[in-house]
Amino acid sequence: MDVKAKKRSVVPFGPQHPVLPEPIHLDLVLEDEKVVDVIPSIGFIHRGLEELVNRRDFNQYVYIAERTCGICSFGHGLGYVEAVEKLMNVEVPVRAKYLRTIWGEMGRIHSHLLWAGLMADAFGFENLFYQCWRLREKNLDLVEMTTGGRLIYSVNKVGGVLKDITPDMQKVILNNLSEIEVELKDIYKTFTTDYSVLERTRGVGVLTKEQVHDLGACGPYARASGVERDIRQLGYEAYGDLDFEPVVSTDGDNFARCDVRLREVFQSIDLIRQAIAKMPAETDLSVPVKGNPDGEALVRIEQPRGEAVYYVEGNGTKFLNRFRLRTPTFANIPAMCETMKGCNYADIPLLVVTIDPCISCTER
Amino acid sequence: MANVKRSPWLLHYDASSCNGCDIEVLASLTPVYDAERFGVVNTADPMQADILLVTGGVNAQSAEVVKQLYDQMARPKVVVAVGVCACTGGVFKDCYNINGGVDTVIPVDVYVPGCAARPESIIDGIVKAVAIFQERSDKHDKYVKEHGESARDTSDPDAAARDGNPADFFNALGKKPQEHTDHKEEK
Repeated sequence: MDVKAKKRSVVPFGPQHPVLPEPIHLDLVLEDEKVVDVIPSIGFIHRGLEELVNRRDFNQYVYIAERTCGICSFGHGLGYVEAVEKLMNVEVPVRAKYLRTIWGEMGRIHSHLLWAGLMADAFGFENLFYQCWRLREKNLDLVEMTTGGRLIYSVNKVGGVLKDITPDMQKVILNNLSEIEVELKDIYKTFTTDYSVLERTRGVGVLTKEQVHDLGACGPYARASGVERDIRQLGYEAYGDLDFEPVVSTDGDNFARCDVRLREVFQSIDLIRQAIAKMPAETDLSVPVKGNPDGEALVRIEQPRGEAVYYVEGNGTKFLNRFRLRTPTFANIPAMCETMKGCNYADIPLLVVTIDPCISCTER
Repeated sequence: MANVKRSPWLLHYDASSCNGCDIEVLASLTPVYDAERFGVVNTADPMQADILLVTGGVNAQSAEVVKQLYDQMARPKVVVAVGVCACTGGVFKDCYNINGGVDTVIPVDVYVPGCAARPESIIDGIVKAVAIFQERSDKHDKYVKEHGESARDTSDPDAAARDGNPADFFNALGKKPQEHTDHKEEK
């Protein structure tokens, strides 16, 4: 055996790195240029917010649950209130369910466009990065108009929602969404046909369907490998009334992940249109909640990054015993490490971005 | 801002924030808000950076990273705490793993409030930081001119007060950098 060629070296990646908006640390074991092993370590942004549930009452905690992560903030708030509502047997008004669905999909559009921008930045396509983020701002304008915040929506509460989307706002939403759709077609075309993009994405970091099952990946990352699993199909909130199919691709490489996520943006635009058309005209946005939560409940939500699981345990007082959250990025990290083995060192930043890492969710 | 002659480079680090401020920092650098029109450029290399943007309330593990990044930056340097967590700890103030503000670890010059801080206010903070950076650079240049090139770096007695050496900063405040308390030991 040629000892010199087989010499291994360890290269640290992160926590502070150009492609990472958030810190994660990877120890990359290299054999020449090839990555043979990856050892991830997390904990740079662990705050311990699950424990705060013992010191904030269950109504206050909605706002902390939402601040688990700034990108998927609405989903975390939604998952928490749904779990508490399940615990207390609260039936939310139908209009509130539709409103939650609309905001959830707006959150997905913003998250996926943000990811598309970061992906473009990771393979050095600066112009595409800026175009994605410019388009994202149009969606954030809608969020700001309807909720008052850009990233932290703060519209959920146990028993319903706090704000309404008026008919005037609906017109603006539909108008802006059409504009986004037109421009998104150009971005989609660039991501799927541009030569320099394909060079970096086609056939890189392939994850097979079997590996997805073995390693427990979820969300668009799993759907890009041909796994038709979308928790929205369970029909929570208003998703049961809407017509949609999971977006699936079969290649399992970086290209498929770009494809799936961008097609999901089109799907989200469609879902918002459907929801606005079907939304009933009610005046009540929330129902009064009496008593304190007791018992335990488990809720699953499809976040932009995949399946998130929320568990709450009450003890009959206004403080919950336990709040537990399993986030999609945490589930995707083992699969990410698996795709890196055998890749070139230069593809590592791309492979980290391609799972759409949300480290703040992961470490809480 | 009127007499700004330099083009400082920005370094951004997420020290246990919720991520909201981080993407707003990035958004403020993209064309819609375009902080680059004030002459700043985003970089990922601490050795080339002049302004450090820190988000989040700093935990035990990231405190070391923040200190290291701060030490690696060349003098003069300016620190901006972005978001209410970076200012005081924010909603996570009572969490067991939060130190409570960036100024428990390194000296901070500009505090940007907000949860999440809006791009407009981040740009306002950056502009203030650019002005502070200009002022410090002028002082630094003047001192080096008077005392020769060898006065650059640590031999400069005023450097600590001017550029904010952490130890002197905390001495002046009459307090020690906050030690992280182990949650298990408390119980």
